[in-house]
Amino acid sequence: MATTPQRASGTPAIEIHDLHKSFGTVQALDGLDLTVTPGQVAGFLGPNGAGKSTTIRVLLGLLRSDSGSVRLLGGDPWSDAVALHRRLAYVPGDVSLWPNLSGGEAIDYLTRLRGPVDKRRKAALLERFELDPTKKASTYSKGNRQKVALVAAFMHDVDLLVLDEPTSGLDPLMEAVFMERVREAKDRGTSVLLSSHILSEVEKVCDTVTIIRAGRSVESGTLDELRHLTRSTVNAVVGGDPAGLVVLPGVHDVETAQGESGTRVKFDVDNAEMAGVLTALSTMDVHSFTAAPPSLEELFMRHYGDELAGEEAAESAARRAGETGKHARSEAGAR
Amino acid sequence: MTTTLERTAPAAPSAPAARAGSTLTGTWSLVRFILRRDRVRLTVWTLSLVAFYAYFTAALGLMSETEGALQARAAIMETPSGIVMGGPGYGVDDYTVGAAIANEGTVWVVLALALMSILHVVRHTRAEEESSRSELVRANPVGRHAPAVAAVITLVAVNAVVAVVSALAMTGVGGAEEMPLADSLGMTVGVGLSAMVFGAIALVFCQLVEHARGATGRSVAVFGLAFTIEVAGNLREVPGGSALSWFSPIAWAQQTRAFVDLRWWPMALSVVAVAVLLWFASFLASRRDFGGGMIASRPGRADATESLRGPVALAWLQQKGALRWTAAGLGAMWMASGTLIPDIGEMIGDLIADNPAMSAIFGGDTSEFEAAFLGVMMLYGALCCAGYAIVMGLRPKAEETTARAELVLSTPVSRRRWFGAQLLVAGAGTVVLLAVSVVALWLGTYIVDVTDPGLGTYAEVFVSYVPAVLVYLGLTAALFAWVPRATAAGWALLAYTFVIGMFGGLIEDMPEAANWIAPFYWVPEAFVADFDPGSFVGLSAVAAALFVLAFVGFRRRDVVTS
Repeated sequence: MATTPQRASGTPAIEIHDLHKSFGTVQALDGLDLTVTPGQVAGFLGPNGAGKSTTIRVLLGLLRSDSGSVRLLGGDPWSDAVALHRRLAYVPGDVSLWPNLSGGEAIDYLTRLRGPVDKRRKAALLERFELDPTKKASTYSKGNRQKVALVAAFMHDVDLLVLDEPTSGLDPLMEAVFMERVREAKDRGTSVLLSSHILSEVEKVCDTVTIIRAGRSVESGTLDELRHLTRSTVNAVVGGDPAGLVVLPGVHDVETAQGESGTRVKFDVDNAEMAGVLTALSTMDVHSFTAAPPSLEELFMRHYGDELAGEEAAESAARRAGETGKHARSEAGAR
Repeated sequence: MTTTLERTAPAAPSAPAARAGSTLTGTWSLVRFILRRDRVRLTVWTLSLVAFYAYFTAALGLMSETEGALQARAAIMETPSGIVMGGPGYGVDDYTVGAAIANEGTVWVVLALALMSILHVVRHTRAEEESSRSELVRANPVGRHAPAVAAVITLVAVNAVVAVVSALAMTGVGGAEEMPLADSLGMTVGVGLSAMVFGAIALVFCQLVEHARGATGRSVAVFGLAFTIEVAGNLREVPGGSALSWFSPIAWAQQTRAFVDLRWWPMALSVVAVAVLLWFASFLASRRDFGGGMIASRPGRADATESLRGPVALAWLQQKGALRWTAAGLGAMWMASGTLIPDIGEMIGDLIADNPAMSAIFGGDTSEFEAAFLGVMMLYGALCCAGYAIVMGLRPKAEETTARAELVLSTPVSRRRWFGAQLLVAGAGTVVLLAVSVVALWLGTYIVDVTDPGLGTYAEVFVSYVPAVLVYLGLTAALFAWVPRATAAGWALLAYTFVIGMFGGLIEDMPEAANWIAPFYWVPEAFVADFDPGSFVGLSAVAAALFVLAFVGFRRRDVVTS
């Protein structure tokens, strides 16, 4: 398996176009697009239930797509499953192991399905991930079961790593160890698909990001490209009157507060309109100025903000209605 | 699941202070929760059992209209095979419909209800703990003993409902004159209490072992032991059974003598046994950790052995424990049965000496009875092997729903290889178990110097049953591949095979075709009929077709996780 992964650089590692998949009446994927360029770490972002795991299971040939095209390492994930699986490794979000096998046995078993076990590599990975291999899988915590799958996945150099929320059970220290492994794999030329709903995780290692919601890709590009489309948050303290900022094009949510050293002003600005804002600010006797690029958290909230706000309103209304009913019941019970 | 808990949990803070610290807090909420969760399952069990009682009463009622038919049946029930298939033989001198039901039906209803009780208790205690769903529940104001007590309360309730409704059904169908309600209740309540003993045994095992599967297996093994003791005890003295019979909880239901000379006190033995077992379970429960057993698990190996390579090796590792214990248990049981053969010759001799008419009916040759007895034993043995085949045929389903299959199928292992490995080991295990059963039966007869039939005949019987038991594995596999939600149909076929094999003869105008879907119908009667190459080839073809269907289906469908 120590072949040069770079050789596949012509074709994309993953290429999904207009993918549909439904389970009965539930439409899990509804026209999803996703491309992973060879050698890149691609983030796959979306809230719970958006269809990330379904997409990954289609990629692994576990689920058959209803329509759309899916290419994995230049092959068909359904009909070429075995050949393609020689070149990839997968870590599920919720790892389930055989209760009567120890962690070390499970690692050896999964590794041997792919090739010989390099004992030194195994020992090194076990040490890095601080995993006791003699414990029975039934006594492992969620994080430890995940470590077993991670160690098994990193035992061979593969062309593609498919990681489905791989750090959901890991503590921050182990998450750092994991990120380091991903970077190492990337340096060797491995392509990585990393699904997550934790934005900071994706931000740390990913070259590109695809955001999906309700089975559909809503945004995709490099981090820079995505940020370009969005706003920055500006914090400034000015001596002059900031009222003029409000009317500028591309400026949103202006907040002002009178401080000792001047007027503290905070607002969001579309990056495309930044020049106008700077010109205006320069006339206002600026004491301090910071402009921060948006975190993915903010990107995410902006994408879903409107919908989320709507949903939350509906939910809390429903909750209120439910609580009223519950009170009525418990009062009746008290009587 | 959450709705019930959410609705009931807020009630706890307002509960009296004394209750707040109790280990039983929340029991009633859990009882409601269990009834809500299992409403379909428990209804199906209840209706099937009531239907069995009613059908049995109706069929025997029809038979009793023919002069002497029931009395001829009584003569069969006095023979060793009759005793093995039925009970201690109360009322054989004046065999009424009620006496026949109590004598022949009791052990089988106890079996069904005992299985239900064992599965119910394990499902709501150890299986919940193992899946850590129980953790979610216990984090609420729910006492340490509440889940187990709730499981027992619901079990008592279900058994009580089954007993009362069945008694009403029997008296209703048979008429109050022929089937007095007191006797009907005497039978059904005795049966229910006897089954509860096995439920209580399951609860004890749930405290001792960590895995639900282990608790179920051990409890069923205890039933097997109780059955062997009951049979051996009843064979020693006819009618009424011997002192040995009384060591089996099954006998405590039979000894109420319902419809013959009803007595209630043998039920007290069941009540005392249940009480003692429940006390013991609670004693153990207070001394163990959540999720743990009394038998602690040892640390494992840091590296896998060289042999753990590929799906076959793993499937073997997963199944070998169950195979070893099942083979040991069944082997002991069939060997013990084999040693009974000389007693049977003696019994038949006595029977003919007492009643010359018997020899007219059955002929004077006792070896025929021995062959018939061995044939019935073999049928039981094959039914057990079919049950094992279904259990192991369901392993791939467990692997799939827990997502362990997903982990393996994401490596360069094809679906055919993964599925084939599971079925290969399951099939080989089933055949080995059948061989062990046959050899054990032969060994039992050999120990007591019975040389006829010889080992060659046993080999023929073994070969004739191999394809039939594999049909059950093939069916389970095909169901798993095409309609995973309907895998229970494998159990339904086994139950059907059993009922048809044991009671099918009762229905006079039952169409011959009703037998056809029972695979064992096609197997020549063991030790009585000759080996039939046609049936062997036919059953093999059916099994093979089912396996092909399974592979084709599994290659086409989605692999899903729960």
